[in-house]
Amino acid sequence: MGRYVARRLLQMIPVFIGTTLLIFLMMYALPGDPVRALYGEQSVDPSQIAAIKAEYGLDKPLWQQYVNYLAGLPQGDFGTQIASRRPVAEVISEAFPVTVRLTIIAFVFTVLVGVSLGILSGMRAGKKTDTGVLVLTLALISVPSFVLGFLFQWLFAMQLGWTTPTVQDSMNFSQLFLPAVVLASLSLAYVARLTRTSIAENLRADYMRTAVAKGLPRRRIISMHLMRNSMIPVVTFLGIDIGNLMTGAIVTEGIFNVQGIGNLVYQALSRREGATVVGIVTVMVLIYLFVNLIVDLLYAVLDPRIRYA
Amino acid sequence: MRGGTHARWVVGAVAVALAATACGSESSGGSADAGAVLSASWGDPQNPLEPANTNEVQGGKVLDMIFRGLKRYDPETGAAENMLAESIETSDSQNFTIKIKDGWTFSNGEKVTARSFVDAWNYGASLKNNQRNAYFFGYIEGYDKVHPDSGEQTADKLSGLKVVDELTFTVKLTQKFSTFPDTLGYNAYAPLPRAFFEDHDAWVAKPVGNGPYLVDSYTKGSQISLRRWEEYPGDDKAQNGGVDLKVYTDNNTAYTDLLAGNLDLVDDVPAAQLKNVKKDLGDRYLNTPAGILQTLAFPYYDKAWNKPGMEKVRTGLSRAIDRKQITETIFHKTRTPATDWTSPVLGKDGGFRDGLCGDACEYDPEAAKKLIKEGGGLPGGRVTITFNADTGSHKDWVEAVCNSINNALDNERACTAGPVGTFADFRSRITQRKMSGPFRAGWQMDYPLIQNFLQPLYYTNASSNDGKWSNEKFDDLVDRANRESDPAKAVELFQQAEEVVRDNMAAIPLWYQNGSAGWSERLSGVKLNPFSVPVYHEIKVS
Repeated sequence: MGRYVARRLLQMIPVFIGTTLLIFLMMYALPGDPVRALYGEQSVDPSQIAAIKAEYGLDKPLWQQYVNYLAGLPQGDFGTQIASRRPVAEVISEAFPVTVRLTIIAFVFTVLVGVSLGILSGMRAGKKTDTGVLVLTLALISVPSFVLGFLFQWLFAMQLGWTTPTVQDSMNFSQLFLPAVVLASLSLAYVARLTRTSIAENLRADYMRTAVAKGLPRRRIISMHLMRNSMIPVVTFLGIDIGNLMTGAIVTEGIFNVQGIGNLVYQALSRREGATVVGIVTVMVLIYLFVNLIVDLLYAVLDPRIRYA
Repeated sequence: MRGGTHARWVVGAVAVALAATACGSESSGGSADAGAVLSASWGDPQNPLEPANTNEVQGGKVLDMIFRGLKRYDPETGAAENMLAESIETSDSQNFTIKIKDGWTFSNGEKVTARSFVDAWNYGASLKNNQRNAYFFGYIEGYDKVHPDSGEQTADKLSGLKVVDELTFTVKLTQKFSTFPDTLGYNAYAPLPRAFFEDHDAWVAKPVGNGPYLVDSYTKGSQISLRRWEEYPGDDKAQNGGVDLKVYTDNNTAYTDLLAGNLDLVDDVPAAQLKNVKKDLGDRYLNTPAGILQTLAFPYYDKAWNKPGMEKVRTGLSRAIDRKQITETIFHKTRTPATDWTSPVLGKDGGFRDGLCGDACEYDPEAAKKLIKEGGGLPGGRVTITFNADTGSHKDWVEAVCNSINNALDNERACTAGPVGTFADFRSRITQRKMSGPFRAGWQMDYPLIQNFLQPLYYTNASSNDGKWSNEKFDDLVDRANRESDPAKAVELFQQAEEVVRDNMAAIPLWYQNGSAGWSERLSGVKLNPFSVPVYHEIKVS
């Protein structure tokens, strides 16, 4: 097990280098000059552009830029934003705590509500509860997140006055609850569907019949036998979903005025701030790799037949 | 317990992951609002808040509150009036002697002297400081040394600036420029305290200036809190206790907050809300032209557009565009149809002349058809209007303009829209002279002077003359206007130059962009200055 983790951690290195290189090349391949774009409609002399490029090493060949970038990473140097002249690490560290909070709330909400709904309808497959959950999840899947965002904003903030329409303080957990729920709604629906199918299927499995025949109490059958075996597809989905929750919140962040990572990537892309985009993606790749490792390890916890050596 | 062992490894991996992604969280400074502080919408400025490095509205809002320059533009008339300047004198429109009023200080107590200005201007002009507004100092002697077009700079200071005594300095320009003093109201010419040069990082984190407000706290990316400076020496003291500028990434969200009572002032009402704005805000809404003109420029380096007779084709195209309908339907009246090549913010005395364009900007399909035919027709039988598709939703209006042209000429294929993916790419194609037909151009004035709407755009080889238009008569009139010491006569000469632009239809004027603002019931006295920035210090909070 220890060796497995060590091997996986080592495997991350080439994956990490490969993905950052890809993003680096993609940003480079975009047409237009980010330094020139800084000046908008205004005119600018070539010497100014040359000076800025020299300052940020943008005049060097691409491979050298990439090597310099990689060399800086271990020291926490993610490069510098061209426009604001701030270190990208600083820019990311400002938006990151906000995104992490939002993601945690959304994730916890997804797991708690999604899994409960899934179990509820899976245990009562074909009954009224099941149909009700089906309708709810289908509605959540088919309604785009911005519709839900505006709807919740109008209903809970403008009509009922339970909360402010936008997030006044991005660090406040209770204010982040509304955007988190909007963000979580789609994943919640998927989690509920996955759990339901898995539970309904496993209910008919042989080992369930054995467990019942052994005379185990119902609570133990459900929590230890049924749940543990039904959670594998759900855990897989949740692992992938963490990344989506973190970066895919551009629309929700805009509606509720949350200054998070999604918005940062969007702005950086439109300004062609390569260093910022690569920096954020690098962090996301790292998170993604770790989450996937944890998911794989969780398989072994959930299903004793899976062994890592 | 095998499961237990596995679980321990999972916990271990989680711990590694958390350590790797560990991030410090800062608490944002939530100071208690004193009664008369208002909150307003803001966008995070791209660049540091250095005066010579800020050329967009968001950073301009803050600079306008924390700085006062030699001159200041009247929010109503746009006229430049003395602020810190006691007098600006010249005998030859080229050498200026500037005297500063006594008694001004920065908010950290440092006295504002001639050196505060000269050091600031030298910093702004110097190539190595990468200041975005460096070109503002381009008329001052020695600029080519501190900011050469190519290669290294050979001097650190502008030779045209000399400190005479504590409150006096002289400026020598490279050419006659009679209206130069009127340019000095722009933020780029603001004085800077020593702290700016001695501890730059600290200054950028919390700027110190000489205006009616102080920076109380600045959380990059979310909010800047400005408070009234009680010892401010000027007579335009702030009428409120302070302003909290909050960052909004979407102006619809800011508008929602205004309606919900979480925000007092929104200075960019989204187009989607304009239908409701009367119902929502009543007369707490303002929509006036700003110093921004949208035009269609032409590539004069392309022979097809530069041969004799083409001015008729260009005028014909101008007359085929139904400006009124497009500004009403596409822009919901957030643009005003252009009738000249300047902007209404200049005012009559400043050089704006309503209707200078005359017939050439009037929609008339018959005349358009006739003019284009007389001029030899469109090059290749059709035009493509090039624009960038990533910002500012230009696609809508370009297609509307093309529709208007096609309808006027009874030719479905006369005009097509040619999108370029990104603004960066669009600009690089323009500078590489790759345009083959009309392209989107916009001009946001640097300072409210008619000179600024003409010289940088149409003078031979001028900095923003993207179409490379060149006309001897125009150049001559501009030169004469710059030599003219009587401002009224100078304006008149500039208007004659503008008529040359009209007669050749060097660029098709489309519309003036409007600035807008909506505010809560607590506020009164909201105005926009010529740069579409709210005049915060005059706002009263009840």
